[in-house]
Amino acid sequence: MLAAARCLVHRDLLLALRRKSDVGTALLFFVIVASLFPLGVGAEPNLLRAIGPGVIWVAALLSSMLSLARLFADDHADGTLEQMLLGAAPLGVIVAAKAAAHWLVSGLPLVLIAPLLAIQYDLSASLIGVLVLSLLIGTPVLSMIGAIGAALTLGLRGGGVLLSLLVLPLYVPVLVMGAGSVDMAAAGLAPDAQLLLLGAMLIVTAVLSPWAVAAALRISIE
Amino acid sequence: MTARSLHLFWFSSPHTFFPLAGTLARVCAVAAAVLCAAGLYVGLFVAPTDAQQGEAYRIIFIHVPAAWMSMFLYVVMAFWAAMGLAFNTRLSGMMASALAPTGALFTFIALWTGSLWGKPTWGAWWVWDARLTSELILLFLYFGFMALKASIEEPRRADRASAVLAIVGVVNVPIIYYSVKWWNTLHQGASVSLTKAPSMAATMLVGMLLMALGFWAYSIAVALTRVRCSIREMRRQEER
Repeated sequence: MLAAARCLVHRDLLLALRRKSDVGTALLFFVIVASLFPLGVGAEPNLLRAIGPGVIWVAALLSSMLSLARLFADDHADGTLEQMLLGAAPLGVIVAAKAAAHWLVSGLPLVLIAPLLAIQYDLSASLIGVLVLSLLIGTPVLSMIGAIGAALTLGLRGGGVLLSLLVLPLYVPVLVMGAGSVDMAAAGLAPDAQLLLLGAMLIVTAVLSPWAVAAALRISIE
Repeated sequence: MTARSLHLFWFSSPHTFFPLAGTLARVCAVAAAVLCAAGLYVGLFVAPTDAQQGEAYRIIFIHVPAAWMSMFLYVVMAFWAAMGLAFNTRLSGMMASALAPTGALFTFIALWTGSLWGKPTWGAWWVWDARLTSELILLFLYFGFMALKASIEEPRRADRASAVLAIVGVVNVPIIYYSVKWWNTLHQGASVSLTKAPSMAATMLVGMLLMALGFWAYSIAVALTRVRCSIREMRRQEER
């Protein structure tokens, strides 16, 4: 079971490595969206410091969503997904492995480049630490919730736009807690509560979302 | 199958449910008209003027029942969605998708009347308060459900896929509510609570309850009429 999961993560990472532009595009999107805000709202340092965490989190949400449509689409197109459904490994494990691979490819790079964007927004070093930590806990949740939407919209016309309509409202708690933790730290308070709640969301989605994704995939493929 | 379970599932067949839905829809439509008329009369003419908010508060008779219905209908919708997934009955999916537009309507009414009420009392059409925000997100959830349902042509897949989404949504609604609540709060506390004595005049409470019952009856009537339409559509497709 674990061997199947490891094998699948390895395969998805290898596929991503072979098609670097896909990974790069989502990351560039993240950087560009975050860089557009100062141009839109003005470069006043106090204002930027106030909106910085929120903007970076929203950009992370959008960027993580962009790559979701491809989560199952390629495997669906070439029939791999049907083999996975028929195979001996439990579908929940396969789905969890795919979500993990999605996070490694699209979530982790966001976490790593976020400090650079935070410097653009003039956040202090301690705030950058909180921001990176909140993104580190929060982005896997985005991948797992997003996988539900990706499975439901598999093979539909206009799936990408529909996917954002389904998934973005469900992202709200992650956004609130993620950006809230940095705001809390900026106000001089301990961000523990928000980070712990993010951690709780991570655990709950890790337990529940593979079921929902597996059910959705079975419905979409049958 | 035993006689008992046959009895339990008797009306879960679209063909036996069709006439029952027609009768119920007519009864509920009449009840809705009577209850809403009575509720509006009590609310607009009988209930006393509020000491602080004057006449402006009277929108409460539409606002609060609509907000109750908007949340309640989502739960009912998710219930039917779960029934549909568990028992594989066509009718459950039809019920769930028939409730969605009514739920979205009540959510919209709650937001709209809320902004009309907010302008004279808070001085703003919209504030980013916990309840307003979670109600807005609830509206998005309804839209997502309807959009997913509409974009899948095959009816069985549409029913089952939107059922999964409704269940995921209903798990999320409390999480969204509390996350937004901790984020920001300006809205007044709950107007009616079961645990403590009502903080409003009895006639106000009566008016609100009448309106709530009227909205219930309206929702049942409209949803059942929609279900009848989808049963007709299904028959039409079977005939082809």
